[in-house]
Amino acid sequence: MIIERIEELLPNAILDRHDFRGDLTVVVDRSRLLEVTDLLFGDGFQMLLDITAVDFLNRDPRFDVVYHFLNLNNQDRLRVKVRVNAADAVPSLTSRFKCADWSEREVHDMFGLSFDGHPELKRLLMWEDFPGHPLRKDFPMDGGDIFCDDTGASYAGDAKSLQA
Amino acid sequence: MNPTSPTTLKRVGDHMIVNLGPSHPSTHGTLRIILDLEGEFVAKATPEIGYLHRGVEKLGENLSYHQFIPLTDRLNYCSSIMNNVGYTLAVEKLLGIQDPPRSQVIRVLVSELARIGDHIVCVGINAVDIGAFTAFLYLFKERETIYDLFEMAAGQRLHTSFTRIGGLMRDLPEAFLPLLDQFLDSMPRTIDEMEKLLTRNPIWHDRTKGVGKITPEDAITWGYTGPCLRAAGVAQDLRKGQPYLGYETYDFDIPIGTSGDVYDRYLVRTEEMRQSLRIVEQCVQKLKELGPGPVLVDDYKIALPPKEKVYTRMESLIHHFKLVMHGMDTPVGEVYSATEAANGELGYYIVSDGGKSPYRIHVRPPCYPIFNSFNDQVKGTLIADAVAILGAMNVIAGELDR
Repeated sequence: MIIERIEELLPNAILDRHDFRGDLTVVVDRSRLLEVTDLLFGDGFQMLLDITAVDFLNRDPRFDVVYHFLNLNNQDRLRVKVRVNAADAVPSLTSRFKCADWSEREVHDMFGLSFDGHPELKRLLMWEDFPGHPLRKDFPMDGGDIFCDDTGASYAGDAKSLQA
Repeated sequence: MNPTSPTTLKRVGDHMIVNLGPSHPSTHGTLRIILDLEGEFVAKATPEIGYLHRGVEKLGENLSYHQFIPLTDRLNYCSSIMNNVGYTLAVEKLLGIQDPPRSQVIRVLVSELARIGDHIVCVGINAVDIGAFTAFLYLFKERETIYDLFEMAAGQRLHTSFTRIGGLMRDLPEAFLPLLDQFLDSMPRTIDEMEKLLTRNPIWHDRTKGVGKITPEDAITWGYTGPCLRAAGVAQDLRKGQPYLGYETYDFDIPIGTSGDVYDRYLVRTEEMRQSLRIVEQCVQKLKELGPGPVLVDDYKIALPPKEKVYTRMESLIHHFKLVMHGMDTPVGEVYSATEAANGELGYYIVSDGGKSPYRIHVRPPCYPIFNSFNDQVKGTLIADAVAILGAMNVIAGELDR
């Protein structure tokens, strides 16, 4: 229903859509994300529950940025996805939804993606000089103690090389 | 100078920058808040989170679906059973299966007990932070019984790991229901006693009324869920809105507040404890009506076969081995499953590539967006009010940092 409305009012904004176990998902053109969220907001999807990302290492574009919306009136949910590469900036939703603040910072921290228009885009969970982005698929799962940087026995060396 | 990272007390003009935490008694876990003070008033509060970050999501990508259950205990450790239930429901949604009816009732029962336990911690500690010590003692006696019940059911008091994909670890033991009856008898009296101590207490009013007010619009745009959203006057509860585990068959009410302040959050939590008791009573009734039955799905591709069969039958031994070594076969796809945890909407987002472990698992902790609004909530208030607001938000560092 809501998907038909997006298609009608914003033609070509939806690149792909699927439905698995009742979860509606639309993949949206990155440059039109703000238009789509504005339309969603007007249609009652006023709660942005969560922003996260998924790293598909060998795919181009590499990352999915995933938004979960909830309509408080009729309890509908919608998942909106944007496909980006590490160098592309995603439009920030902080001007529309206040809760986008930390969620976008976390995605920036964990995946190294940048958000265009975020007022204070810096690391959230890890510390400022942490090397690499932990939730990327090419970040090592294990490799010793990060604090042993100077002994050369840690993964910090490897992880640093991941920092593009 | 970087004002967000003081190592010692610093002065910037008339302002004083003070660290609250990471191990201050009123910060509820390892939270750190950098307060920019103008006399007794907070000009700006900058939460610094991540002190309890253990990389749960990264670990989950390398563990099988079953192995992730103990990690969910360590998210909100005040109500770990609800995290178990939420996670297994998400995996069951991915697999497209449902657990047996008896397991569903027991899941509701322990979830509601956990909700009471979580609210006890929140209300009790919030009162202690503000200076009312006695209510905490009354409440914690009851919380002890809840943990005794969990110990009986799961063998563990805190990190329960009670659920399995497709059901439960085991059925409730015989001694469970008699002790639960005692609890159902004494808990309403304790809530009354607590209310006598707090609800009409003028000092409690002074410290909580009008503190941390929030409008429904602000609460929604900040992503509030659970008691904090309901205290602001929005009747959103997933147990009513998007019922799971058969919540639609239970009779209970959703309390809502009007102003969203600390006092309303306290009242909402108190009433939710009473409503949870109502649900628990109905669960006991349902368990009696259902009688004995399986609590785990009878599908050995998903759930481990019983030990007697593993030791005596070749088929079951093979299933056991395959499940432990290779894990489950999962469909390719992605699901988001949300449950109403004590703090609000607890969501699990799982992306599966068909392998033994999730390709990506993400937890949406309820207190994360709520704590995000901390600066907005405390700006211009007294330090003492900041502590009251922090307590009423019920920030649990384990689920905040993951």
